[in-house]
Amino acid sequence: MNLSNLSLEFLVLQLLNGLSLSMLLFLLAAGLSLIFGLMNVINLAHGAFYLLGAYFGFSLLNWTNSFWLAFLLAPLGVGLVGLVTEWGLLRWLYQRDHLNQVILTFGLAYVLADVMRWIWGGDPKSLPAPEPFNGFVQILGRQFPTYRLFVIGFSLLLALFLWLLLEKTRLGAIIRAGVSDQEMARGLGINVGFTFTLIFSFGVALAGLAGVIAGPYQSFGPGVDFDTLILALIVVVIGGLGTLSGAFWGAIVLGLADTFGKVFFPELAQFVIYAVMAGVLLVRPTGLFSRSPV
Amino acid sequence: MDRITKIKIGRRKFLRVSAMVAAGGVLLAACGDTVSPTNTPAAGTTTVAGGATSLKLGVLLPFSGVYTQLGLDIVDGMNLYFESIGGVVAGRKIELLKEDEENDPQAALRKTKKLIESDKVDLLTGIVSSAVALGIRDTVDQAKTILVISNAGAKDITGARFSKYIFRTSFSNGQVPYPLGEWAYKNVGKKIFMTAPDYAAGRESVEGFKATFVKAGGTVVGEVYPPFGKTSDYAPFLTQIQQAKPEAVYAFYSGTEAVNFVKQYEQFGLKKDIPLVAAGFIVEQDTLPALGGAALGIKSTLHYADSLDTPENKKFVADFTSKYKRTPTTFALQGFDSARFIVEGLKVVNGDTTNKENLVKALEGVKFISPRGPLEIDPTNHGLTQNIYLRDVVAGPDGKPMNKVISTFEKIQDINTLLKN
Repeated sequence: MNLSNLSLEFLVLQLLNGLSLSMLLFLLAAGLSLIFGLMNVINLAHGAFYLLGAYFGFSLLNWTNSFWLAFLLAPLGVGLVGLVTEWGLLRWLYQRDHLNQVILTFGLAYVLADVMRWIWGGDPKSLPAPEPFNGFVQILGRQFPTYRLFVIGFSLLLALFLWLLLEKTRLGAIIRAGVSDQEMARGLGINVGFTFTLIFSFGVALAGLAGVIAGPYQSFGPGVDFDTLILALIVVVIGGLGTLSGAFWGAIVLGLADTFGKVFFPELAQFVIYAVMAGVLLVRPTGLFSRSPV
Repeated sequence: MDRITKIKIGRRKFLRVSAMVAAGGVLLAACGDTVSPTNTPAAGTTTVAGGATSLKLGVLLPFSGVYTQLGLDIVDGMNLYFESIGGVVAGRKIELLKEDEENDPQAALRKTKKLIESDKVDLLTGIVSSAVALGIRDTVDQAKTILVISNAGAKDITGARFSKYIFRTSFSNGQVPYPLGEWAYKNVGKKIFMTAPDYAAGRESVEGFKATFVKAGGTVVGEVYPPFGKTSDYAPFLTQIQQAKPEAVYAFYSGTEAVNFVKQYEQFGLKKDIPLVAAGFIVEQDTLPALGGAALGIKSTLHYADSLDTPENKKFVADFTSKYKRTPTTFALQGFDSARFIVEGLKVVNGDTTNKENLVKALEGVKFISPRGPLEIDPTNHGLTQNIYLRDVVAGPDGKPMNKVISTFEKIQDINTLLKN
């Protein structure tokens, strides 16, 4: 990158690029983080649910011819698969140690990967950007896709909604009670088992939502599930596991680090995000925004 | 102790969990890859009717991982040709011994040694990955086993690390876009921005394009090499391209990366102002359906186009489609041609694979008309001399995007020969 080319417009545009990536990462990591926060489960199949959301969106779009219907239904479908997973597999392992859950969800990731390859094949797929966000706008004399602006706006609203839900509602209070002290919550008559099912389904539905929302600008196919999982894990490591704000700020840091890493050191772009992660781990091992030391 | 009690689970729960796992297992088995690299049993030397021993052909291709489809395509192409000649050459029955290349030079080297030392194959063919090709080069060379490469395009295979026992019937990375550079300068723009993934094939492709573009008088206003296999968001680079204000962009991408790059290129509104020219892999059967309208108008060069209007190609496409119920890819064609190349060479020496020097001579002289046009081996480096086609993505009769050939560059040599001139 030739530094003499740097200009305000250029930086602003790159900032928008970074944010559009950050917001996607946020949707992805929020679910992972919530599931860990409440259930103490590291869901290594999270990337698989992301990819499943994208594929569901793809098929629903083909059937209904409506992006917005697919956009609405795909996360619900993924949530349903999550519900079955929690009810049929995961809940039998809560009494055991982490390793069992890790192996189960990792195995599940492989099973889902094969099932998806079987159903949707090996070629990369993508979704068309929907009306009215399928064009681009001029920002400071440069072009920027409207769909990315939509992703940024939508995700910010969703973040606000999630924050209100967790902090200001009774449901949120139940969830937070479950996170801080399960025994006590149970003692108070809260149905922790039901809350777990709900949170797991909701968490993977968020992953599915990320998959379908990313479809118009990030293609998907075999392998994308594991790449995505790694990004989500890095976000929660940076931000701190188990909190929504951790996932949010972790995603902002990673999205911007990745984008500006690509701008200034394209060949080292991959290294930049790991360097940021290593740096955070050294300075704040529990993550930048963790609620309490894990 | 505590641990043991924890792990104790009730019988009902155990049954339920086992049932889930079993169901998962069945599902896994049902959808596992339909093709596993099973081997024809290496039962010494089998004899056929005429008394001649069968011809053992070691086939080393990826049957797992990201390049699985390429491996399958190449095998299908090879089988199509072998079946067309009744599976026999110079009285010898052709027997394929397949091994998984695994996209891993270490593993592939082990398989190569097995094929050469214990299976005692007469010839080797295959290899999708250039790293694998270069990794097994010394072993193949020392064993004097003839290897016919059906994909790997690295420059060094037919250059710095040339072996007289290794032939390449596919393409070289720089050969594919070599004629495009000059054409783009004359027809598209004088100022270019170039981008490719940061690995050998990407760099060599850019090198091939640049050679003729710069020679013709063009200027390179920028280039960027995102990490290979790790980049899905090209936005930072697209903003950079807008900043550099080129008159055209040259890109080398394939598979998922091609889909992401081209779609995002269109979404940023670049396509209408800055035409995209590319190595043909960017708009092939695997990416065109996902790209849809975003691919229209992209000019690319490749050593093949499935729409080529020649009798040889029409027959190939028809035969392949009727046998496998899908249209042939460039890789399937490369498999088909590798098989034919081996057969044509063996015919000259009357099936004798013991005299390696004679067989090398025979293979150096092989020439034939392939579905992709006339082919011949460049005897100086064992690369391939072939036509390169300039294609334009247009809406086909069914409304789906397809590559229409708009120009042919004849007899383009291996990149090592081209760069020497």
